[in-house]
Amino acid sequence: MLRDITIGQYYRADSLLHRLDPRVKLFGTLVYVITLFLHKSPVNYVMSLIFLITVIAISKVPVSYIIKGLRAIAVILIFSVLINMLFIEEGKVVIDIGWIQITDEGLETAFYLGTRLIMLVLGTSLLTFTTTPNQLTDGLEKSLGFLNKIKVPVHVMAMIMSIALRFIPVLTEELDKIMKAQTARGIDFESGGLLKRVRSMVPIVVPLFIAAVRRANDLAMAMESRCYHGGEGRTKLRPLVYGKRDLAAYAVLIIFTIWMIYLSFYSPWR
Amino acid sequence: MSIRLENVSYKYDENTKEKSYALKNIKLEIKKGEFVGIVGHTGSGKSTLIQHLNGLLKPSGGKVFYNERDIFETGFPLRELRGKVGVCFQYPEYQLFEVTVLDDVCFGPMNFGKTRQEAEEISRRALLDVGIEESIFHKSPFELSGGQRRRAAIAGILAMEPEYFVLDEPTAGLDPAGRDQILNLLKELHEKKGIAIILVSHSMEDVAACADRVVVMSHGKILYDGDKREVFSHEKELKEVGLSVPFYRSLAGDLRERGFMIREDVLTLEETKDAIMDILRKKRNNA
Amino acid sequence: MPILNIKNLIHKYMTYDDSEKNQEIRAIDDVSFSVEKGEFIAILGRNGSGKSSLAKHINGLLLPTEGAVYVKGMDTRNQEEILQIRQSAGIVFQNPDNQIVGAVVDEDVAFGPENMGRPTEDIWRRVTKALEDVGMTAYKEASPNRLSGGQKQRIAIAGIMAMEPECIILDEPTAMLDPQGRQHVLSLVKELNQEKNITILMVTHHMEEVLLADRVIVMQEGKIAADGTPKEIFSQVEKLKKIGLEVPPAAELAYELRKEGIPLKDQIITKEELVEELCRFV
Repeated sequence: MLRDITIGQYYRADSLLHRLDPRVKLFGTLVYVITLFLHKSPVNYVMSLIFLITVIAISKVPVSYIIKGLRAIAVILIFSVLINMLFIEEGKVVIDIGWIQITDEGLETAFYLGTRLIMLVLGTSLLTFTTTPNQLTDGLEKSLGFLNKIKVPVHVMAMIMSIALRFIPVLTEELDKIMKAQTARGIDFESGGLLKRVRSMVPIVVPLFIAAVRRANDLAMAMESRCYHGGEGRTKLRPLVYGKRDLAAYAVLIIFTIWMIYLSFYSPWR
Repeated sequence: MSIRLENVSYKYDENTKEKSYALKNIKLEIKKGEFVGIVGHTGSGKSTLIQHLNGLLKPSGGKVFYNERDIFETGFPLRELRGKVGVCFQYPEYQLFEVTVLDDVCFGPMNFGKTRQEAEEISRRALLDVGIEESIFHKSPFELSGGQRRRAAIAGILAMEPEYFVLDEPTAGLDPAGRDQILNLLKELHEKKGIAIILVSHSMEDVAACADRVVVMSHGKILYDGDKREVFSHEKELKEVGLSVPFYRSLAGDLRERGFMIREDVLTLEETKDAIMDILRKKRNNA
Repeated sequence: MPILNIKNLIHKYMTYDDSEKNQEIRAIDDVSFSVEKGEFIAILGRNGSGKSSLAKHINGLLLPTEGAVYVKGMDTRNQEEILQIRQSAGIVFQNPDNQIVGAVVDEDVAFGPENMGRPTEDIWRRVTKALEDVGMTAYKEASPNRLSGGQKQRIAIAGIMAMEPECIILDEPTAMLDPQGRQHVLSLVKELNQEKNITILMVTHHMEEVLLADRVIVMQEGKIAADGTPKEIFSQVEKLKKIGLEVPPAAELAYELRKEGIPLKDQIITKEELVEELCRFV
């Protein structure tokens, strides 16, 4: 079940998007998210949508695979759309079923919110689909390098993140094993009140936690033995170097941003 | 009184094709009081197989019977079955979680409705059975040595008082002394308490030394199932699927090829020594 | 100059139990030996005999309480040379999952050279070569999570090989592997020793693995209990049993037969040797 979640995973393919420098992709994601929330005019939406569809097409990640990522947020999505639909009372009532009254403004807000959320998830998940965890952390480390000056340990944070990503599948498997073992010992997850159910998690959580600590300890030793001594003087197998296509991508992104700002604040269609 | 698998198949992923069968048409019956060794390499399906014995996995095809009752029919007390068929997975010490060793062993019996007092009594006995002394009962599991932790975890299953005790590689990672302790324990549980033991192992030596019956698995199917001496007589076929026969069996084969006509079905040190001595004595008497 | 030189090494640590009695434990108790370049040494001992602590000392992961450890003449207590020591004598651990840092195979193998600050082209050369050495080139872009235990362990060895060490220490590298995985790792280790002249120190409690070595050091309660060739060591059946160690089955059977008065020659440790010897009697 845990394996079904595609969001946040890397999808191996050979596309322009995969080959772009992670810093460009991080910048692109940032621009996309900001412009998505700039203004709610239909023109903006159409522009963001065109941007998203183009990028998905370039990425060579199957659309069905990307859509699967939505499953993870389905509950949140439906919930927030319903809340908006039901509780916004301004505007003209368009649907009236007894105590449920839905207004045109409610519908509009719910529609914008829903599409915004979907586009947000699809767009950002494209970043992780096309960028390996290591590239991602490298990109973050380099992009945020300026924070080093104010004593933020950027390298350490990036390393922590990449190790966390590396160990998620390992610990998922561990969790699966522990659950099976405790089920074989007759653990009862189903019956009893809330307190009893929470307590039935202890035999799962404690061994998982201990396993994580044990692995962390081993890994720290293995890293040290392979000459790890922090970020200082460290070189890279795949250093981040901007190529022509990265610069071109930056140019496209900047033009897109300016265009979106123009559309939102200065254009006649805003 | 038995656990019986009838044409059990298991697919990893319901949606995928032929290739992903972990088990294919398994027919296997294990009777009360038996000592069965299951061998095969990683991916042969033996770990998947044992998870069917206590209903942790549901077969994609076929049925599992416990005392002739289908364990997946509605109303079958599946959780109770897990008390009757104890399964001890690989590296069981990693599932210890309580503050003291004794508390941890009590976890199983209390899940099956025993009072704290009853559970403690059973657990004490189980711990003594696996060779853990009173003085350690109230220590934290994490203060114990690797071998002790393993035995404490085994006691945790034993305290559920199972009729069938399934162990997946219980000696993995232990040193020879630790391994012998576990194997002797299994023999004792089988002989003195009449518990049926199902031992999954990579080690042909371990299986040959303990089990009466051997099941050989390969690619999700049962290749051989029978008396250990009969099964280990298929040296050539076992080698073809990448498995070996116990050292002494293989030695006897080599000796016979060289004209040293020792009996072929030896499996242990004692048997081999006696067989060799028989021949040498006869030679001496004839000379 | 010996590649490793261990002089009167003592490693102490304290344990605390409920009764507040602090106990001083000597995990390693006055151990001395040296290793020449190109040797293949097996360190044999029960769990808790101090053999794993010894391995960690050679890599400078533990530091001596007393005595000293020299790798190529460098003292592990000298913090300035510690990186040099770790490149020269790399260590492979038991659990294959817990020593892989990278999310992609080649990125993991590159971890050591990256830490050493090698230029990018040199890292690529090392990674390519190390993966070739362990026979895992085909998996260079795979995710380590999809590999078998034996394959993961070969990646871990490649990670060390990429630092171009002279010596590799392996701390029970096969304990968590199945027989196939174990076989692959062992033949790789043997090959690195014979073809690349890498000095090998392998900690183990499997006697079949010990037979690959040129020299065996037996540890018991923190001390060296025996040091010699596998033949010399394994013919001392009684002594090994007393320590709680396994004896190769051929050696054990030969020992039992000798006790019955059969005049078998000394130092039989393999099946072939035993068959050969027994056939003299028919």
